[in-house]
Amino acid sequence: MDPVATTTLLTGETTARRTTVFMKFLMATTGALFVFYVLMHMYGNLKIFAGPAAFDEYAEHLREILVPILPYSGFLWLFRALLVVSLVVHAYAAFTLWSRANGARPQRYAVKNAAKGAARTKMMRWGGVTLLAWLIFHLVQFTIAKVNFNGAFSADKLKLDGHPSTGLLVIASFQLWWVVLIYLIALVALGMHLFHGVWSGAQTLGWTNSATSRRLAHTTAHLVAGIVVLGFAIPPLAILFGIVKG
Amino acid sequence: MNLTLNIWRQDGPNAQGRMVTYQLADVSEHMSFLEMLDVLNEQLVEKGEEPIAFDSDCREGICGMCGLMINGKAHGPEVTTTCQLHMRSFHDGDTITVEPWRATAFPVLRDLVVDRSAFDRIIQSGGFISVNTGAAPEAHSVPVPKPKADRAFESAKCIGCGACVAACPNASAMLFMGAKVTHLGELPQGQPERWARVVKMVSQHDHEGFGGCTNTGACADVCPKEIPLDVINQLNKDLRGSMSKRA
Amino acid sequence: MTTTNPTRPAADTFGMYTVGAPIADTKAPTTVPIDKMWTTRKFDAKLVNPSNRRKLSVIIVGTGLAGAAAAASLGEAGYNVQVFFYQDSARRAHSIAAQGGINAAKNYNGDGDSVYRLFYDTVKGGDYRARETNVYRLAEVSANIIDQCVAQGVPFAREYGGLLDNRSFGGTQVARTFYAAGQTGQQLLIGAYQALERQVAKGTVTQFKRHEMLELIVVDGRARGIVARNMATGELETHLADTVVLASGGYGNVFFLSTNAMGCNVTATWRAHRKGAYFGNPCYTQIHPTCIPVAGDYQSKLTLMSESLRNDGRIWVPKRAEDCDKDPRQIPEDDRDYYLERIYPAFGNLVPRDIASRQAKNVCDEGRGVGPKVGDFRRGVYLDFAESIQRLGRAAIEEKYGNLFDMYAQITGESPYEVPMRIYPAVHYTMGGLWVDYDLQTSITGLYAAGEANFSDHGANRLGASSLMQCLGDGYFVLPNTIRDYLANGPFPKVAADAPEVTGALAAAQARIDRLMAINGERTVDSFHRELGHIMWEYCGMERTEEGLLKAIGLIRSLREEFWRNVRVLGSADSLNQSLERAGRVADFLELGELMCIDALHRRESCGGHFRAESQTEDGEALRHDDEFLYVAAWEFAGGADGVVGTPVLHKEDLVYKSIELKQRSYK
Ligand SMILES: Cc1cc2nc3c(=O)[nH]c(=O)nc-3n(C[C@H](O)[C@H](O)[C@H](O)COP(=O)(O)OP(=O)(O)OC[C@H]3O[C@@H](n4cnc5c(N)ncnc54)[C@H](O)[C@@H]3O)c2cc1C
Ligand code: HEM
Ligand code: SF4
Ligand code: FES
Repeated sequence: MDPVATTTLLTGETTARRTTVFMKFLMATTGALFVFYVLMHMYGNLKIFAGPAAFDEYAEHLREILVPILPYSGFLWLFRALLVVSLVVHAYAAFTLWSRANGARPQRYAVKNAAKGAARTKMMRWGGVTLLAWLIFHLVQFTIAKVNFNGAFSADKLKLDGHPSTGLLVIASFQLWWVVLIYLIALVALGMHLFHGVWSGAQTLGWTNSATSRRLAHTTAHLVAGIVVLGFAIPPLAILFGIVKG
Repeated sequence: MNLTLNIWRQDGPNAQGRMVTYQLADVSEHMSFLEMLDVLNEQLVEKGEEPIAFDSDCREGICGMCGLMINGKAHGPEVTTTCQLHMRSFHDGDTITVEPWRATAFPVLRDLVVDRSAFDRIIQSGGFISVNTGAAPEAHSVPVPKPKADRAFESAKCIGCGACVAACPNASAMLFMGAKVTHLGELPQGQPERWARVVKMVSQHDHEGFGGCTNTGACADVCPKEIPLDVINQLNKDLRGSMSKRA
Repeated sequence: MTTTNPTRPAADTFGMYTVGAPIADTKAPTTVPIDKMWTTRKFDAKLVNPSNRRKLSVIIVGTGLAGAAAAASLGEAGYNVQVFFYQDSARRAHSIAAQGGINAAKNYNGDGDSVYRLFYDTVKGGDYRARETNVYRLAEVSANIIDQCVAQGVPFAREYGGLLDNRSFGGTQVARTFYAAGQTGQQLLIGAYQALERQVAKGTVTQFKRHEMLELIVVDGRARGIVARNMATGELETHLADTVVLASGGYGNVFFLSTNAMGCNVTATWRAHRKGAYFGNPCYTQIHPTCIPVAGDYQSKLTLMSESLRNDGRIWVPKRAEDCDKDPRQIPEDDRDYYLERIYPAFGNLVPRDIASRQAKNVCDEGRGVGPKVGDFRRGVYLDFAESIQRLGRAAIEEKYGNLFDMYAQITGESPYEVPMRIYPAVHYTMGGLWVDYDLQTSITGLYAAGEANFSDHGANRLGASSLMQCLGDGYFVLPNTIRDYLANGPFPKVAADAPEVTGALAAAQARIDRLMAINGERTVDSFHRELGHIMWEYCGMERTEEGLLKAIGLIRSLREEFWRNVRVLGSADSLNQSLERAGRVADFLELGELMCIDALHRRESCGGHFRAESQTEDGEALRHDDEFLYVAAWEFAGGADGVVGTPVLHKEDLVYKSIELKQRSYK
């Protein structure tokens, strides 16, 4: 898979697992997992409309999934581990293919291609990088360090029944316009990523052999992108505009 | 019509290339694009300048020898081969920029001429049905359902021009390869080697230094034979199939 | 039927040629009946032990249907094969452009086809100027070709039941033509190309792309190698082998404008001719009636429109020259001359290719051509679908001819649904080529010729869909069987790289290139080629006269002389240089053109695709002279440096018809 031009025919065994197409399978399957996760996450976020308590309760329930079988938080940790591994795989494949693509055409065209191809590829790649950057910010903010940027809320004010409340932290955070802006930017990136990614994943997995399935893949991609952007944008905006209060 | 032409000139595979601007007057709209370049070349020779090297052979859109990047579009503004593009697609006073296909796997030999041997090697790696001369059964012994025969034919129309690679943001050759995988994979005769074929071809493709596919469809948009994007889907599907079906 | 014309003067060579000893094919086992000959020959031809094959090397020039099929098959058999071609991929040989289809005596339709009928049609179509033994064999192997191609995955058109579809083509009464939409040649070639690439991967075949053969190497009377120029680097290389096969295609480009690809050339066969290979029937050229007319002086090639168009289109020109620049739709029915329907009421628009072509030229020469003026002439006639569209509906016409109409619109910018198409004949195929025997061996030992490059099985005219058949027949089935008879005597003594024959050939090629580069004259290569083309078209095209041919020979000689004095080739010979490539080809065309005219001059009869004005019936039809010309004209080169051709020697191979009765054709 090394991106060097050659004049020779490959000798020896070839395996499907060492091809660029297999890399794409990895991206598509991990991507599909993300899509599933993102949709669930979005659903959870909408709980904020029921108040911080309901929001926290939902988060608590996540920790209790499969509890008699797995220990408390077990499923969540397994799922997180899976997500992290997937993310590493997804990003690794993305960067590998990106650098391959650069290697495949070191000399650019003088006339920049106005075709949709170049724009889409850029959108996926830079969008992906944006997402990655945001993801780190996001995890630090709400999961790992639980940082509060809003001076109006003291640490005490972020507690519900004596426990730190993520729901309240969310509300506190999104009262700041710039935090909302960061999220909106990330959402645009996410929306565009899914706009192409869901279709692309279907094609990569070989599910688009008929005209109907191709149309379905495109429609699903557009729908998923739209729903995710809207679904994620509503809570921060609602908080910013004071519709949801702490 | 009168035209300004920006054309890539490069003396050899390792030489530094450059864009050179030429003025060409009295171009007839009935000329093909390559005839327009022929006329320019005749004028250059008369002036004592070396003519521009570009490939073409059949000049009827079937051999796949021609292929130029015209104003950033592979084979120019129409969906056809460069040799079938006519000057009526342009206007008086236009500036036209002409570049060679650009891809690591298609090195420039001179001016607008590139080396597409990589395509041959992809076919060598598995783009065939193994049957020795004289070993063929009677043609009617295996009927082929018409829809499959038709799809095989539609995919077999690929002329190996390389426009798909030229247009692809990743310089990927998936459309070319998907066309062959679909052509042979649709036919009963192609079944025995189906799963091995796709793995070998994709491996060679990667080995050649083509990029991976991002399913943008830029290739199918410029393909002069209108090979549809779903041949890439077929290729992906077959590669996936190979992982479970191959012994 | 007797065809002697007592009023014709006795043969005169005009000092243009001499007559040498007659020749004959010695390989066909003529002692057995014709339908047993091929089996007998295959049995008699010596075998080569599989373990020895690797040690025997074969050079093949050309990867069209003939070359690719032969290379793949010989590679599969285990020989050590090297193939050369001038394109960047073997898949691009000009066979790719064939549209219509390929004939085979499968009789899938039960309409009475048979090997004999295909044989009969081909000999008759060739106006009894082909060797019957070869043609019979061709018909015999035709069915195997289809089997082979189907097994390779060639996607021929099929019916709903899943079986192969056939159509009737070129005026035959049986449907025996297999096709893949309008791209049969492409699909067949890709099949052969893939088989070839498979052998490349296996290491039995080595490919030399962008390599042009410039000389043949003959050692001790045997063809042992070639000199080729690597067109990407400019390097001259010698390649040696036990035998050499030329499958380098036809030479229609001697006419400059033709339906051939830009690179089609005679260089490979001409260089072999100069080394002693006889050139058979060089003047036999096929002119196709339905091509898109020339639009301007800049035109680089002509595009064929499938002949099938004549099934539903009506051909006409205005009755009066004054109407020629009018919008055809404004010309009333009464002012139109449907000349084919008028002259040939029985066949109408479906007369054979040569008649349709000649009559189109006649009406245009009368000043009744249509379309844009190129020079002082309008060269085009209408092929009108208005009536068919009215009768059958636009949809029906679109279904049948949609892709052809689109192609026409793409090139001309006019829609044939609205305006009548314009067509004009164009050079399409050359029946002439290197003379070969039943084994496809030329008059040089160890040099074989296959496909359009040999003088072929088509006599003086080729039926539609039979060239693809011949090329694949030669490549897959004939050569691999006959060449082993020769190779069984090998390996021949190794030829040293510094043997005088090798260095001599290399030096000759180098000297020619140096000379071309050094002239630095005033005129471009293309301007010479264009002028040669005009001469050939005017005097050695569809209709020939003694006077015209003599004039043409004079014109060609002085053009050739000017070429070697005044051509301008810029750049360097040590890199990719397309002007130099063309200059070399045009230099050879300038020699071939003269031989074609001499051949045409000596053949004082009308036969097959060409019409000799001095030899016609009272009502102006072609008149053959079997008493005098029932032979293949095999020409021997008579020596001369580059640009100089001596007085060629004519060797006659008498044609013997034992299995078929000679008849004069009539289409009235
Ligand atoms: C437009 C068109 C349509 C046709 N349609 C039909 C049809 O429907 N049915 C039919 O039966 N026939 C048809 N024919 C005729 C038929 O296609 C050709 O006669 C046939 O394909 C010739 O094949 P070939 O293998 O002899 O040579 P080609 O296919 O011409 O191949 C020649 C090969 O030789 C190589 N070569 C040539 N010169 C040199 C050199 N000096 N050095 C190295 N390599 C060289 C070339 O690179 C090429 O690989 C058509 C022809 C044309 C032009
Ligand atoms: C770490 C951040 C990410 C990066 C760098 C990244 C990058 C990429 C890239 C470059 C592609 C390839 C585009 C293509 O080939 O068509 C891709 C595909 C995809 N991504 Fe991401 N991505 C990231 C995060 C995500 C997230 C969070 C999701 C889900 C919400 C996601 C879902 C997808 C999907 C479904 C695909 C399609 C797979 C395919 O084309 O087969 N990605 N990603
Ligand atoms: S798929 Fe289309 S663009 Fe690509 S090589 Fe084939 S014909 Fe050309
Ligand atoms: S020159 Fe053959 S396709 Fe353009």
